[in-house]
Amino acid sequence: MFSYCVDPKTLEGLIWLSCYVTTAKHMSFYLSFLVVMCLLSLAAPLAMAFGFAGATATRSSLSIIRSLGKAYLAMIRGIPDIVFFLFIPIALDQAFEYLRHKALCSDVTEPIRQGNDFVVCAAAKLPLNTASEWVHDIYGFSLALLAFGFVFGAFAGNVLSGAMAAVPKSQIETGEAYGFSQRQVFRRILIPQMWIYALPGLSNLWMILIKATPLLFLLGIEDIVYWAKELGGIKTGVYEYPHPDWRAWYFGVLMIFYLSLTYLSQSVLDKISARLNKGQATMAGKAG
Amino acid sequence: MSSCFQTLSDYGLRSIGYGERLLPKSDITLCEQFVLIGSGMIWNIYFAVFALLLGFFFATFLALGKNSNLPLFSAPCRLFIFIFRGSPLFIQFFFAYDLFVLLPRLGFDIDLGFLVITVETRWLTKAWLGALIVLFFNTSAYAGEIFYGALRAVPSQDLESADAFGFTGIKKFRRIIWPTMLRLAWPSYTNEAIFMFHATTLVFFTGFPAWQQKGDAIYYASYFADKTFNPFVPYPIVGFYFILLTLLIIGLFSLINRRLNIHLPTNERKRLRFNKYNLIR
Repeated sequence: MFSYCVDPKTLEGLIWLSCYVTTAKHMSFYLSFLVVMCLLSLAAPLAMAFGFAGATATRSSLSIIRSLGKAYLAMIRGIPDIVFFLFIPIALDQAFEYLRHKALCSDVTEPIRQGNDFVVCAAAKLPLNTASEWVHDIYGFSLALLAFGFVFGAFAGNVLSGAMAAVPKSQIETGEAYGFSQRQVFRRILIPQMWIYALPGLSNLWMILIKATPLLFLLGIEDIVYWAKELGGIKTGVYEYPHPDWRAWYFGVLMIFYLSLTYLSQSVLDKISARLNKGQATMAGKAG
Repeated sequence: MSSCFQTLSDYGLRSIGYGERLLPKSDITLCEQFVLIGSGMIWNIYFAVFALLLGFFFATFLALGKNSNLPLFSAPCRLFIFIFRGSPLFIQFFFAYDLFVLLPRLGFDIDLGFLVITVETRWLTKAWLGALIVLFFNTSAYAGEIFYGALRAVPSQDLESADAFGFTGIKKFRRIIWPTMLRLAWPSYTNEAIFMFHATTLVFFTGFPAWQQKGDAIYYASYFADKTFNPFVPYPIVGFYFILLTLLIIGLFSLINRRLNIHLPTNERKRLRFNKYNLIR
């Protein structure tokens, strides 16, 4: 990066360090922090959508939708989230390829599952073998994002259904007494009032989401954990910048990154909650 | 069916090193998947049970420390809770493992009089000790925060009554504050226990290597998913085992909850109910 970095072997001390932390690989490391932020900003709305759908489903008048919704919300309490993170991307991948195989290669008669192999025709592969590197990256990231959306959707669904149940019954009855339809009661009374009850749970969920982002590593994404392992490992003399095992230092940096992220989030969320509580007929609102 | 019994004796204790050494490689049967993943559950249960048992006491200590008026006590407890609650467990595992690897390879002899135990630092890099320590610290911090919240919520009338009856010091804590704190914290603590069991699945995906392929349930599940390229069998099996385990925990914690509320008139007793819209962790 700097002009004096041409021959790192001759450098020492801080100058060596300044060259070391600006290598191309370190730039990828810094970029991967953006990947985390990107995941957070996309996964949160996606999870809210999944959660809203789940919470609404549990209040459906159709019993089959109701039980589907309840099963979706309940399963996250029984099964570790990591199972879903491992299962969903590969299951989705196989499901997409299976469907494409059926649609695009109807002339192939051989079964897709042959013993321990999953064989689809070349045209059904996702992404195509000929696709460039970045398409593979985007595809992998999207699958990971869907897994995050699905898992945190179930968490959010629990929070939202709890919040919907917490809206005082009399509010809803008043709506009905004024001749609102079910849909109108839902849209005009239930939804606007539930947020204040949902907020503590959603704040908590945001913190859980932040702390789940390193799991991207398990999904084969080149995220901050990947780079910390890669850059921190022992570098022998054949490397430009030889150093001993520095992984503990790199993970220390990640710890500090996450601690500041959660600390910052907490103080922002505290402010939001103080503002939302103002004038509400709750204990926190009256105190303020 | 008899072959399944054979599989059970071959792989039932595989995760702790007994039985067949080689894992099934081809023609993997449903029975083998069920048995081996179940065998892996031994590790999940081991980690969670010991982390929770030890963490329970340390968490009480942390809660009292955080509640202390002396900054000398409260500051370190606050910092400990902040660090372990504010960073991902996943990163904590990596960080701790790499730190343990860096430690000089020392051995200490502990003389118990009748027996000399050699404690070596390289044990820390093994999952059974290193990961357990991380999980222990982690659950202590989360439970500490839960207990701290409950401690702050102990009704002041209870404390005044205790004073009026002449309770002081340890006795006041042991008889009045502690039981009430536990009663208030119990639903959240149950949640924490469930999450702790789930968190044990991270151990073998982080720095800690599964030595001689002795891994936990999800280690074997991902092994099978890799080998058969079919995720639709092993992962639901893990899910099944964990749902059973979760139901077991809820049952056990409900019994303790009943014990904690036994002095209340029956209509005031609260069944163990989870606060759905405020998940802690």
